[in-house]
Amino acid sequence: MSRRLRTGGRRIDRSRPVSFTFDGREMRGFAGDTVASALLANGQLLMGRSFKYHRPRSVVGSGPEEPNALVSIGEGARFEPNQRATVQPLWEGLVARSQNAWPSLDFDIGRVNDYGSKFLPAGFYYKTFIHPRPFWKHVFEPLIRRATGLGAAPTEADRDTYAHRYAYCDTLVVGGGIAGLVAARAAAAAGERVMLVERQELWGGRAPTDGATLDGQPAAEWVRDSVQALGAMENVTMLLRCEGSGVYDHGYVLCTESLTDHLAGKSGPRQRLWRVRAGRVVAATGAIERPLSFAGNDVPGVLLASALRDYVVDYGVSLGERTVIVTNNDDAYRTAKALLAAGLRVPAILDVREGMNSPLVNEVKGMGVRVHAGRGIARVHGDGRVTGVSVCAQSGDGTVLQEIRCDCVAMSGGWSPVVHLWSHCGGKLWWDEARAMFRPDADNPPTGADGKGFVSVIGAASGALSTAEVLTDVADTLGGPAPEVEDIAEGPIRQVWTMPEGAPHKLRAKMWLDYQNDVKVSDIRLAAQEGFESVEHAKRYTTLGMATDQGKLSNINGLAVLADRLDTTIPQVGTTTFRPPYTPVTIGTLAGEARGVAFQPLRRTPVHDWHENHGAHWEPVGQWRRPYCYPRPGESHADAVIREVRNTRERLGLLDASTLGKILVRGPDAGRFLDMLYTNMMSTLKPGRCRYGLMCDENGFLMDDGVVARIDDQTFLCHTTTGGAERIHVWMEDWLQCEWWDWKVHTLNLTEQFAQIAVVGPKARAVLEKLGGMDVSAETLPFMAWTDGTLGGFEARVFRISFSGELSYEIAVPAGQGRALWDALMEAGVEFGAMPYGTEALHVMRAEKGFIMIGDETDGTIIPQDLGLDWAISKKKEDFLGKRGQGRDAFRKPDRWKLVGLETIDGSILEDGAYAIADGTNENGQRRTEGRVTSTYYSPTLDRGIAMGLVARGPDRMGETLRFTQIGGEPVAARIVDPVFFDRDGEKQNV
Amino acid sequence: MSDTTVLAMDPVGLIALRGPLDVLAPAVEAETGCARPAQRLSTAANGMRVMWMSPDELMLICDHAAAPDIAARLTDRLGDAFATVVVVSDARVLFELTGPGAVLALASLMPVDFARLDPAEVRRTRMAQIPAAIWREGAAWRVMCFRSVARYAETLLRGAVPA
Repeated sequence: MSRRLRTGGRRIDRSRPVSFTFDGREMRGFAGDTVASALLANGQLLMGRSFKYHRPRSVVGSGPEEPNALVSIGEGARFEPNQRATVQPLWEGLVARSQNAWPSLDFDIGRVNDYGSKFLPAGFYYKTFIHPRPFWKHVFEPLIRRATGLGAAPTEADRDTYAHRYAYCDTLVVGGGIAGLVAARAAAAAGERVMLVERQELWGGRAPTDGATLDGQPAAEWVRDSVQALGAMENVTMLLRCEGSGVYDHGYVLCTESLTDHLAGKSGPRQRLWRVRAGRVVAATGAIERPLSFAGNDVPGVLLASALRDYVVDYGVSLGERTVIVTNNDDAYRTAKALLAAGLRVPAILDVREGMNSPLVNEVKGMGVRVHAGRGIARVHGDGRVTGVSVCAQSGDGTVLQEIRCDCVAMSGGWSPVVHLWSHCGGKLWWDEARAMFRPDADNPPTGADGKGFVSVIGAASGALSTAEVLTDVADTLGGPAPEVEDIAEGPIRQVWTMPEGAPHKLRAKMWLDYQNDVKVSDIRLAAQEGFESVEHAKRYTTLGMATDQGKLSNINGLAVLADRLDTTIPQVGTTTFRPPYTPVTIGTLAGEARGVAFQPLRRTPVHDWHENHGAHWEPVGQWRRPYCYPRPGESHADAVIREVRNTRERLGLLDASTLGKILVRGPDAGRFLDMLYTNMMSTLKPGRCRYGLMCDENGFLMDDGVVARIDDQTFLCHTTTGGAERIHVWMEDWLQCEWWDWKVHTLNLTEQFAQIAVVGPKARAVLEKLGGMDVSAETLPFMAWTDGTLGGFEARVFRISFSGELSYEIAVPAGQGRALWDALMEAGVEFGAMPYGTEALHVMRAEKGFIMIGDETDGTIIPQDLGLDWAISKKKEDFLGKRGQGRDAFRKPDRWKLVGLETIDGSILEDGAYAIADGTNENGQRRTEGRVTSTYYSPTLDRGIAMGLVARGPDRMGETLRFTQIGGEPVAARIVDPVFFDRDGEKQNV
Repeated sequence: MSDTTVLAMDPVGLIALRGPLDVLAPAVEAETGCARPAQRLSTAANGMRVMWMSPDELMLICDHAAAPDIAARLTDRLGDAFATVVVVSDARVLFELTGPGAVLALASLMPVDFARLDPAEVRRTRMAQIPAAIWREGAAWRVMCFRSVARYAETLLRGAVPA
């Protein structure tokens, strides 16, 4: 039975009891406890069920590496699954729940998976659930998802908020153990701006737990003094509860600071993501102990030797009264000392080595502990918890030599440096055969823009084992004095990857490598046997290291087993890739402020509020919202569009065109510049006049269109599509800055400086005349002209341009006046039947007139000639962007798909994107096609479906009938017609 | 920290000038009294501020109503030189942040090393997902962004100021 010890526990405050619940049961802990230590203190050893076999599990670690003790924390809008109990601080009223168990943690039906585990080896799913095909989606997958898995997904939106903070420093030290503290002091003493972050809530790392002595002081005191000294320096920022999550290019590091996860009263952001730009990163991230692979190494009560030490020393908690220690190195003997000091019993140490003669081993032997050399564990007894172990010779086949009664097993398979931050950006590792660990290869660091390494690794993270080594390593890397410590020599480690060496399959099938994903030694061997020899393949086949712990305990053991099975070496097998984040980061933390209304910037025109107040149904256009239509109460969107089209064609429509791009192009070379950008001639445009133009990319493909107005000799105003404003401005600057740098042209994006309102319909002139102040007659302001003036008191620029085929003016005023102008037009327009219209009415009307729309008729593969726009392509100009591209053979083929109008025989509306069906099939056995629909609408003006499309040799096939696909229906017949459906002579717009 | 405030400012006059700075700066100084700003910095005089925007661009902040006349006079002063003067007052909006929490609020939204920011510096940068510029005006901070995203910017700033 696990329990709280009477004394000890440097992290807990026994004067501050804390109550919490686990699966609804009231429990008590102390301030400073983690959920794991508090559960253990309450005798709750069982903390979860494994992913696949539903085996009972308890803690195996004491920190972020923990694979087993995952619990759900919180309730409702603060519910979060899969939290590691070993790092979750306890707070008053905390609610924790177990996961992946039904009906209860103690009795879980899913355990049948374990009893049948011999039928569930690696790759089982891939092999078994193949036939019949539809069953995977509808039967197998839902069942498997229910039978396996971890915590449930939250059902409510996260109530917490999250913050970001950009920070800059010369040196970022990750890890506040003794290595990190010494490094920070060295960097700070050199005058650098230093940031020091520590994942835990205390400084000092393992040193105080393991009882080191520095400069003649106990570690805890030395740490306290160091922290005090650093805290007094202005150039040092120190953060606790802040984990170095990921290292990225150019010294960019994400650190995740926990702000309220340890508090009962939660206010303000829950976590803060530090987005640090560091001159260099110093990783002092320590090392993680490795489990040993023996049968039953996942039974509750079996845990890492260092973790047990942590529970006893840091939290005053024991997992059992009698602990058998099994090890291949000296460090585990420290656990024996800690247990004995706490009054607990150590009936045996099983050491796989022979002839150990180091001070630590001898000291523990001297304390009366029986050390069995060359021995290991054949198997662990017990189901819900350890009841004993069978001892065998490590070099044998598992023949049992002895049984030892115990209720806890502490194992140590050596240490793996935490090299994650070194590796995120490509730092290489080397295998230290003597120490049995991958260590950072200082000759192959992750490199910055200058080609030099920008991450260094110090202390245990670089493979230093003893306190003395750690400090020498820091001094070597950062300079500065090293604290004095007594160096205690340790005996060498012996590599052990399965215990015992000659274990038969029956034992290997109960040796867990990846606890969380239930991957065993036998699974890795099976993967190798089936040809998944690359470590990356073996990982994916078995899911080794793919759980939320990302294989912190399992990866090295797994690849060692793979190397053994493949009869090769560990460095030859290599590691899988270390990717950020180091431990899972809540999506909310990454999102920061980008949630709710701030999820994405929403661009609003000066008239946006009016649209909103008048029930606009929105259409997203880029980051703008434009009214799609303005449905009236009880009116469908389709009916609203019909009404808006008819009203505009018969009376007066108003459109908010403010989103259109408006780029000022000015300078002595402006005309020459626009002649290069547009396919047609712009330099000949007279001031006061407008011209429609097309823009192509270098390959000749049509990418934007719009009306250009010539303001004066040196000045043009180029209108672009709504989505094109920024892109075309950048396109212009690109050519000016990179290619034609000596041309005297300035561009300025004035899109947001002006509100622009289209006044459209037979009554357009009447309403402007009513506002008064400007002569907008056909004589003074003919089609495709513009003029400046004062309209109804507004300083305005009026363009006589039309995208609807109606008499139409676009009126631009400074954006701050936009709403007032709109209101004035609506008011003055009442007697003319003015109504606003949205983008869909705009689309319908332009389609009725056969005007193309960038993005509908174009898709990046269309040249203007495909759309019958040859008239807008200058034959006189020597060059323009796209001219060469359009000269390519492929574009001159007679069977190019070209723009035509399409009229269904029965008047129905073709489906958008429908294909024209041709005879026969292509080389892939697919039906041949000879065209497709690019725009299709119901035309209220003509009371029938109209469409535009691209058809092979279309313009030469007028009157032919094609058949167009219809999803779930018979093909629809449509006739090829002229794309201008309405007012071909332009009589309506030229009045 | 509750005395940190965000204020959406009344419209100001903004005039964009493009051209060689050797050409622009004397005209601007003659018109406004503002000396030529060094790279990334700004200068102020007579209630106006001129900001270095790029190697061939300045921006002048002035009174909103006065901007068209100032721009016209600047155009006259520049004569036939290759230079462009445009009023852009309505294209952008300004916010003012004051109080002890202002820098931390801004540091939560924009990648700026405030400790190394020159007191006269105008930093054109990114505020969450939009372009923005910041500078100091006395003890206060000014944030400038495009008009269409003013609502988004205000949401960001108010959310970033400690309660």
